[in-house]
Amino acid sequence: MNNLKKFLGILWIVLALVTAYFSIFELALPKISTGHQEDLVFGIIILCILTPIISIGLGLFGYYSLLGEYDQEKM
Amino acid sequence: MNENNTKSIWKVIGASSMGTLIEWYDFFIFGSLSIVISTKFFPAENPTAAFLSTLATFAAGFVVRPFGALFFGRLGDIIGRKYTFMVTLMLMGGATFLIGCIPSYDSIGFWAPLLVLILRLLQGLALGGEYGGAATYVAEHAPLGQRGYWTSWIQTTATFGLFISLVVILLTKGFLSESQFDTWGWRVPFLLSLVMVYVSYLIRKKMKESPEFSKAKAEGKTSANPLKESFGNRYNLKFVLLALFGAAMGQGVVWYTGQFYSMSFMKTVMHLQSDQADTILGIALLLGTPFFVVFGWLSDKIGRKWIMLGGMLLAVLTYRPIYECMYQLSNAAKKVRVNETSEIPNGAQTTEILSITKTQYEDQTEITKASMIHQSGKLKGQPMIKTTVHLAGKNYMLLILLIFVQVIYITMVYGPIAAFLVELFPVKIRYTSMSLPYHVGNGIFGGLLPAVSTYLTTNAEASNTPQFYLAGLWYPIIIAIVCFIIGSIYINNKSTPSAHE
Repeated sequence: MNNLKKFLGILWIVLALVTAYFSIFELALPKISTGHQEDLVFGIIILCILTPIISIGLGLFGYYSLLGEYDQEKM
Repeated sequence: MNENNTKSIWKVIGASSMGTLIEWYDFFIFGSLSIVISTKFFPAENPTAAFLSTLATFAAGFVVRPFGALFFGRLGDIIGRKYTFMVTLMLMGGATFLIGCIPSYDSIGFWAPLLVLILRLLQGLALGGEYGGAATYVAEHAPLGQRGYWTSWIQTTATFGLFISLVVILLTKGFLSESQFDTWGWRVPFLLSLVMVYVSYLIRKKMKESPEFSKAKAEGKTSANPLKESFGNRYNLKFVLLALFGAAMGQGVVWYTGQFYSMSFMKTVMHLQSDQADTILGIALLLGTPFFVVFGWLSDKIGRKWIMLGGMLLAVLTYRPIYECMYQLSNAAKKVRVNETSEIPNGAQTTEILSITKTQYEDQTEITKASMIHQSGKLKGQPMIKTTVHLAGKNYMLLILLIFVQVIYITMVYGPIAAFLVELFPVKIRYTSMSLPYHVGNGIFGGLLPAVSTYLTTNAEASNTPQFYLAGLWYPIIIAIVCFIIGSIYINNKSTPSAHE
């Protein structure tokens, strides 16, 4: 199980990067560029709040997994 | 547990739950009345823009919740749980009451939406501080091995708060005429908050500080810098991340899908009458609420992990069939028509409604189509058709059942989570550490669900996807799948990390 957790750590880091790309380029920037006020608010929230939480948080979670911080004996 | 202890903990539960219930009520009436608020406080040239502006304000209420969690969590870990959640209660009550007092946009112009936005942000901050304090306070009074059961009473308050907000709005509408409600009646649910908060304040004032925190304080074991110890310490930070990605984010999206996406789906996709949709949701919430306590109690017996993750997995597997079934309940194309009547209202040429057609179907469904003229905005003068569906008989019961099933998922993921979060962190930084992942999961992942799901649905509709009405479900489904995988692999079913014992 410890090895699986470490291996999945790589997956979480990749997922964090993919999510960051999708959130910024597919969700936030197209919304911001529409020029509508309501889209601007939505885009900014996605860009400044949701994206950092998912990409930095999930990336850090993956990094800790890779380092073995979630190994059975350390929990 | 002897009789005195039982009485004492019921007092703790009563006082804590009452305050938390009122905070949720305060928070939800804004969302439930968002349509009327948009017409009062935001420029009315374009109703859609006004409505979306309100949604943005609604989202702002959710986005600031984690900041409230940090600010009040820190206070709660330094000066104590009791005083901190007294402050959050007063802040919430004051902000809600003041929203009910703000003059409309027509009276004070730009100040109206600005003041509403500021007060909405204060509501979000207060809620961010309240929940963690109440859950921690109750858990620290609960006997060992019963935290799931006792904290689950706090867990009922969010759903019950939504239920009470719907009931108060329906009753206010019932007692007043449509024009009275539109003119001043919508303010009543906001103003009522002051009375409820005052009663709750009187009850909470008599409560004592939590025994675990008092002991830690007496022994000088409280934290001088809870934020640094919570998030600057790798050992604790890894549990914060685990709580967020392995439990709270999945819980957030399941919670919002069952309570809010379902309501929005009934009103905007199924075109159900607004009052009927509110009533159906209200019945499902009322029937489902006791299950918070059932699953909280069960989590003391078999562990928290698999109950929460079971709720997420069931949601992932069944959301699409459930929503497909909901959609078909109002789909006229698959119904047998038995009668159709048309009428032209008196003075049709001077009002916005040109004609009304009512169609009855074999399964007792009635669909009303009103042919209207846009009265404002870019489409002013253009014709439109407003469809309203009224369900009856077995379809009505089936819809209640489908919403009830989603409420059961909510009770599975939400019932045990307060105990789970409390037990993940040590007393000295508990308030701060548990509040942040909870409010990021519930407030941000969950709170943004309506906006993200609407975006996905709109895109699918624009690209002519056949089942576009199900596209919005991808957001909760993907988040819940990731959360389920992380939770099932990384979380122990044993409640407390060994280093905290």
